[in-house]
Amino acid sequence: MKKYILPSLKLTLVLIILCSIIYPVFIAMVGKLSPGQGRGKTVSVNGKVVGYANIGQKFTEDKYFWGRPSAVDYNAAGSAGSNKGPTNPDYLKTVQDRIDTFLVHNPGIRKEEIPAELVTASGSGLDPDLSPAAAKVQVKRIATVRKLDENKLIGLIDQHTERPLLGLLGPAKVNVLQLNIALDELK
Amino acid sequence: MNTELLGVIVTFLLTILLAFPLGKYIARVYKGEKTFTDFMEPVERFIFRMCGIDPNRKMNWKEFLKAMLTINLLWFVYAFFLLLFQGRLPMNPDGNPGQTPDLAFNTAISFLVNCNLQHYSGETGATYFTQMFVLMFLQFVSAATGLAALVAVFNGLKEKTTNNLGNFWSIFTKTITRILLPLCVIIAVLLTFNGSPSSYDGKDSIVTLQGDTVQVSRGPAAGFIAIKHLGTNGGGYFGANSAHPLENPNYFTNMLEMIAQVIIPVAMIFAMGFYINRKKFAYVIFGVMTVGMLCLLIPTMHWEINGNPAIAKLGVVQPTGAMEGKEVRFGPAASGYWSIVTTIISTGSVNSMHDSSMPLSGLMELLGMMINAFYGGCGVGILNYLIYLIIAVFISGLMVGRTPEFMGHKVEAREIKIAAIVTLFSAILLKGGTALAAYFFAHHPEIGWAVQPSAWLNNPGYHGFSEMLYEFTSSNANNGSGFEGLGDNNIFWNVSTGFVLILSRYIPIIGPVAIVGLLANKKFIPESSGTLKTDSITFGTMTFAVIIIVNALSFFPALALGPLAEYFSMH
Repeated sequence: MKKYILPSLKLTLVLIILCSIIYPVFIAMVGKLSPGQGRGKTVSVNGKVVGYANIGQKFTEDKYFWGRPSAVDYNAAGSAGSNKGPTNPDYLKTVQDRIDTFLVHNPGIRKEEIPAELVTASGSGLDPDLSPAAAKVQVKRIATVRKLDENKLIGLIDQHTERPLLGLLGPAKVNVLQLNIALDELK
Repeated sequence: MNTELLGVIVTFLLTILLAFPLGKYIARVYKGEKTFTDFMEPVERFIFRMCGIDPNRKMNWKEFLKAMLTINLLWFVYAFFLLLFQGRLPMNPDGNPGQTPDLAFNTAISFLVNCNLQHYSGETGATYFTQMFVLMFLQFVSAATGLAALVAVFNGLKEKTTNNLGNFWSIFTKTITRILLPLCVIIAVLLTFNGSPSSYDGKDSIVTLQGDTVQVSRGPAAGFIAIKHLGTNGGGYFGANSAHPLENPNYFTNMLEMIAQVIIPVAMIFAMGFYINRKKFAYVIFGVMTVGMLCLLIPTMHWEINGNPAIAKLGVVQPTGAMEGKEVRFGPAASGYWSIVTTIISTGSVNSMHDSSMPLSGLMELLGMMINAFYGGCGVGILNYLIYLIIAVFISGLMVGRTPEFMGHKVEAREIKIAAIVTLFSAILLKGGTALAAYFFAHHPEIGWAVQPSAWLNNPGYHGFSEMLYEFTSSNANNGSGFEGLGDNNIFWNVSTGFVLILSRYIPIIGPVAIVGLLANKKFIPESSGTLKTDSITFGTMTFAVIIIVNALSFFPALALGPLAEYFSMH
């Protein structure tokens, strides 16, 4: 084994330089050219950063579109799902509570209209998106609070719906932060 | 057609389309023929000269394994101490502490063996220094180790009679310079342009639209994510792995990462055909593996798309399927696809939380890891398949009453014994570990470990048992995904899975290399009319049957107690 130790040691050193220094530093340099300079893309309103484009944030006020429930309360210093099993009775009780809360805040909506994503926690706890249906089910509430026309809000959602990749691949979605920023800008 | 299903189909087809030319290229690299990456040659020559390595020195199977194991041992020591003291090392802008000894032990091993079990969260449990110099470094070298072992096997199969399995240093180094690094650069650049961070800036603090102050973890993630997939490692830069919106920002990156993790395992099958010049043999193996994958994949996608029956009973609708633990931008189809792909190959990265999968999807994920040979991890997938194949050769030989032969060599007692030991060991480690955990949970719930056994499980009943079973299955398969509800950062889980990881990595590498080393040493017997044809569809079917039988016998009882019981309790 002895004759293998020295080459092992030297090869390890060389590869550390190659894989742990040169490679990531090169990527960081190329990343400087990317939107967000490799630090993550931020979103600003009136020159003030209000969030990261890809990171969901907590919306609890009735005047905003709500995102999905989060196991980490949208604290992006960490990330996690709830890891609740599909038959766990405590978990099903939590979901039931979320349904009840949603119904209280959204008068006129029946529970058969609530898409499950609004009452189930996302994988990362930082999901920035909703499906268009999950945004539209909140229109009635927001229209009442903001005294706006419902059709105008539906138009806003359609306008902010990102189509599947190339129009063909994957689900359509709405970024909740972008939607809420646009909502604040509505006259 | 539904755009979500189309997304999955296109992803899979693209994988195969790209894997074929890549396989051809890989075969040329290992053969030493001209390739477009020959500009790396001076770098390699420089490396060999610096390290005092003669890249042309022949190695027999024992020498090959000794070189491989020596350098692996060295990496373990290196990784363990850096993780232990990371809190006092540079490049720690978030001020994260050092790992406890048992956690450092587990983390070092699990990255060394290409598993990436991760009993910590990237945001708080590692520093930029250890992410780059320990974890990402090990992701490169562990993948290259697996591939080098496979090439040794190719070398044994290629020649009629030979002692020489190739030079470990040379194969290993070229794997990094010619295959892993160039592909990683492409993937990492695509990722960073799609929003994955790549700079070394620390945590950011922002005030949200609604006025809350939150912190956002960042760091040089893009390069890490590229090799975590390409090397079938799977360890996330962030805690939520590829469900994290910075680790996997959109549907395009999701496709990219899904392709990146399967492409080398699939390409290696084609590379084998070109390298040992038995293309039909490789295509049959590819066929068996693909059928196996589809058998696990299609039902899983069906269950995930249909949603959770228990949620349906609450009265809400599930137009986007079972959404607990999933992200809107991927949807249930791509999440279901990922959960199977990541478990049949040994990646173990996740884009949805497996703990929240439907009961039978969880069963499929477990089965994927138990079999561990449908495509399989970098290099080791085909090595695992080879063990099943040797057993199939043996059983077929018994059925027709002839001495079993494989590639022109008699398969005798010694080779069969090795294959049997490898197979049995896997079942013993997996079930033994689970039994031990279940024992402590049931009989010593109040032991004063960092997490008491009574607090281990995040879910009651059958699903709780599945959490323990999954952890050992994942360790034994060197997979690294988890039913992450399990409270696993304590001395019991860190140490027990650590030992399972070591054994289940090196035994299934040493076994096949030894078998082929022994076979290649024997006299070559030319093919005759009585020779069992290992490149026929009939033999492929036979191997498939062996895989099913071996795994059903080994694991059915455990699966019945976990996911199957949960499924029946639900309906």
